[in-house]
Amino acid sequence: MMDGTIEALIAVTLVGSLVVMAGSDRYAAKLATAWSLIPLVGSLGMWATYDATGNALLGGDTAFTSRETWLGLGPLPDIEWFVGIDGISMPLVVLTTVLVTLALVSAWTPIDERQSQFYGLVLFLEAGLLGVFTALDFFVWFVFWEAVLVPMYFLIGVWGGPRRKYAAIKMFVYTNIASLVMFVGYTALVFGLGDAVSTFAMPETAEALVVENVQPDALAFVDAETLKVAAFTALFAGFAVKVPIVPVHTWLPDAHVEAPTPVSVLLAGVLLKMGTYALLRFNFTMLPDVARANMPIIAAFAVISIIYGAMLALAQTDLKRIVAYSSVSSMGYVILGLAAYTLYGVGGAAFQMVSHGLISGLMFMAVGVIYNTTHTRMVTDMSGMASKMPYTVGILIAGAFGYMGLPLMSGFAAEFYVFLGAFQAGAFDVANYNLMPAFTAVAMFGIVIVAGYLLLAMQRTLFGEFSLETDYEVGRAPLHDIAPLAVLLVLIIALGSQPDIFFEMIREASGPVADLVGGGA
Amino acid sequence: MADTTWLTLAPAFLLGLTGLLVLYVDSIGRSTKGPIAVLSLLGSLAVAGVAIALPDALGLGPAGWSFVSFTLLGMFALALFVQPGSQNRRLIAGLSTAGAVGALGVAAAFLFTFDGEPVNPFGDALVVDGMSLLFAVIVASVTAMVTVASYNYIAEHSYQAEYYALVLLAGTGMTLMASANSLVTVFVALELASLPSYALVAFLKENKGSVEAGLKYFLVGALSSAVFAYGVSLVYGATGSLQLTAVQNAITGEFTGMLGMGVVMVVGGIAFKTASVPFHFWAPEAYEGAPAPISAFLSSASKAAGFVIAFRVFTEAFLQVSESAGEFLVLGADWVLVFQILAVVTMTLGNLAAVTQDKVKRMLAYSSVGHAGYVLMSLAALSGGGATATAKIEAGQFVLAGGMMHLFVYGFMNTGAFLFIALAEYWDVGRTFEDFTGLGRQAPVASVAMTVFMFSLAGLPPFGGFLSKYLLFGATVNSGFVWLAAVAIVNSAVSLYYYSKLVKALWFDERPDDKKPLEISSRPVGLYAAVIFAAVVTTAMYGVFGPVSDAAIEAAAALL
Repeated sequence: MMDGTIEALIAVTLVGSLVVMAGSDRYAAKLATAWSLIPLVGSLGMWATYDATGNALLGGDTAFTSRETWLGLGPLPDIEWFVGIDGISMPLVVLTTVLVTLALVSAWTPIDERQSQFYGLVLFLEAGLLGVFTALDFFVWFVFWEAVLVPMYFLIGVWGGPRRKYAAIKMFVYTNIASLVMFVGYTALVFGLGDAVSTFAMPETAEALVVENVQPDALAFVDAETLKVAAFTALFAGFAVKVPIVPVHTWLPDAHVEAPTPVSVLLAGVLLKMGTYALLRFNFTMLPDVARANMPIIAAFAVISIIYGAMLALAQTDLKRIVAYSSVSSMGYVILGLAAYTLYGVGGAAFQMVSHGLISGLMFMAVGVIYNTTHTRMVTDMSGMASKMPYTVGILIAGAFGYMGLPLMSGFAAEFYVFLGAFQAGAFDVANYNLMPAFTAVAMFGIVIVAGYLLLAMQRTLFGEFSLETDYEVGRAPLHDIAPLAVLLVLIIALGSQPDIFFEMIREASGPVADLVGGGA
Repeated sequence: MADTTWLTLAPAFLLGLTGLLVLYVDSIGRSTKGPIAVLSLLGSLAVAGVAIALPDALGLGPAGWSFVSFTLLGMFALALFVQPGSQNRRLIAGLSTAGAVGALGVAAAFLFTFDGEPVNPFGDALVVDGMSLLFAVIVASVTAMVTVASYNYIAEHSYQAEYYALVLLAGTGMTLMASANSLVTVFVALELASLPSYALVAFLKENKGSVEAGLKYFLVGALSSAVFAYGVSLVYGATGSLQLTAVQNAITGEFTGMLGMGVVMVVGGIAFKTASVPFHFWAPEAYEGAPAPISAFLSSASKAAGFVIAFRVFTEAFLQVSESAGEFLVLGADWVLVFQILAVVTMTLGNLAAVTQDKVKRMLAYSSVGHAGYVLMSLAALSGGGATATAKIEAGQFVLAGGMMHLFVYGFMNTGAFLFIALAEYWDVGRTFEDFTGLGRQAPVASVAMTVFMFSLAGLPPFGGFLSKYLLFGATVNSGFVWLAAVAIVNSAVSLYYYSKLVKALWFDERPDDKKPLEISSRPVGLYAAVIFAAVVTTAMYGVFGPVSDAAIEAAAALL
């Protein structure tokens, strides 16, 4: 059964990547941006005609489904070309196409060499991301997952700042080792299921593990329970690097600081979501009993990420580093929501992925616009930017308030759902879940710290007398720098005041996951 | 009706005949067109003969039949219409490539129309089955890429016809190795592949390194040939047979010591050809000193041919498969255990040595030793695990197929990597990692291709190497050898370090001030074509892998 829609979406992006790369540097920027409108419009069209129900892995009907056996491999699980979209992946697909187009526009000013390669790689990255969020066969999904890593390595390593080599290699090593651990863990689990699964299709594995409760058996020297826990740990460790969760987050600030603005936007906006998306799809959907039994540990990781990430942000003087560490903090909320296992917890986590994608994208982009003219990102180097760049600064402040969770902006809705869900989890009749409100209460302090460092940094840099030691002329940013910021702000407010435009489908797909622990509705 | 089974060896014949043809054309020199006319007449006769005989030989459909004759016709047309002498270089390279591509086409056509019934030409001394055709495809693809790349690489050298003829004759030997079904034909084919290789390694006779490498390769090769021949004679002494299945039937339990010695010595001969421990030490020297296209040829095609012999000899002669019990009984010596040790030592040694290299070609040479270690797992993990007898047999078959699939992908990614080195040597870039810095800016297309090869060799998706490594390692786990797969995975993770070191040099590193700036003025067509072709195949492997994996699985099932 081939639907062809998702294939067309990925293929057109990939072809665009090759076309741009083969073309000239002179028109690469405009060509890539124009080309990225095709997947953007395509994904919006898919959203308009979207008709999926339920969760893709738990018996739901996915939209735009294609499923064909690709490689039949004897005793090993068959590999299928299996793609489809449900309520969790649809918003992420739209987020990807929107952010890529905006990031491409934001690259016009800072990227001034080897443009065709840069824009081509970004489109290649987009193709990989679309694959990650739509693939429903583990092998295919993993190929896309890694296909995202390769262009990111070059985007940081070639176009990055002074320590780009260090940052790129650190990111590459961290995430590759994580991928290896995760891949080995998951294949061990699937091999362990033996004849219960015949393909790498994720729904089939989820069905065997969750619905039929088949116990793994094939690896002779471990028993079923150990294998499940080991697989969960390997998957969690692998995805934790990508999210990232403290203490494996250290690659992220380096990568962000060195990466050029558009790459930071995509890194924070979409790539981190790969980690949380995978956690939701694999750990929390396929192995709920392990997740439930270890809830306090997972919630503790979440709370540490939230608080420690925010404290680190408080200590930074580089604007980009501040936003980078606050991303670590924000992603902690996603983990907390997942650990809660309620409808609002899981749904809120999925919603936070989209919301944080937009807000962190806006923050990185705004910092980048300021950097384009000042050539510094140090809080201590500048003050009074508001008088020189009123529009950019205005949007930056609005975005920061979104970050802090101002009502009517998407950050508020997301964090509200997560906290609501996490508190509700305390009512579960499951061991340890009475601790959940305590974890949540601690996590809520994160918001206070966020407000602290963002307000502090803004007060120092944006307001007061203008002062900046620079040889560059500081003036208003060009329209094409501000336009993507404005678009993002509109989207953040739209999503904040009408969260149901995404939350409805998210709820549809999150319900079955929450039901696994009896926390639905 | 006359026996026409020999025609199933067409890929080998095509390679060999083209080699001779190249020499012949070269000998004509600037003389008249008379000999060419004779040649074309002979060619037409050959085409006619093939056209009549082939459909009978293999039951090929009209499509395969016309393909064969078209290829042959094309070859001879080339010989007829291109002026010898004035365009000698182009003619010779073109002819060689046409021969290799023709052999590839015939082998692929035979493989995809193969009905599962092996053909045994010349008594049972040779066999044409799924495995031999699959490896004929690998050898012919590598040969074709190497001849295309050599067009630029040896442009300035004399003895060009001899060079191409030797490549094609070595290719013939390797193709025959894939078909050898008796210890005698194994040995003859092995020598046919080896002797031209020695000369090719030493081809750059003005270059001390090349000559030294050739000598070293020859000495180690002669020694290992002697060991192998002695092993064969011991096996013959113990069993009274040389044909592989006859050897297996004749193993009775007598003369176990002599037979065991023989088996271990045969392992030695194979270790040389596949560049595995303990006969691996020629490889870094030979690959580094040889002209880079020859390094590509030896490390890809020659290694694959060595493995196909290993697969056939050990599974046909020294293994008894008990279908009902699902057991593999090793005969002679416990060679499965030997291969387990060799696999672990070879992959670990290859990878650790590669880490410490500061010369790129040498790093690739050691990486090639490491990959030999991975493929050895397919023999080391043979005593299959599984719940039922069928599952055990299936596991054994699949691990063998895994080795074949990895060799197939390796044939493209490794050849491409060495051909990129050939390109660098053509530009006179230098040898160390530092010399390669900044090449990404100067030659982005070739550097992208090299990046593909490096990541693919390391086993990163989305490139072919990930797929074949997953299949090989997964098959090893499926056979119950989790520890062996774990060693391989750790090794594979280590390998990413030295492969990405080159990627880093190509794209990220600034060129040190004391290095002369890169001067890249030319874009040699042949080298570029070969490198880009290899990169495209390495990346597109996911799309085309279905037929390859089916062929490998069927071929392995036929052996076990």
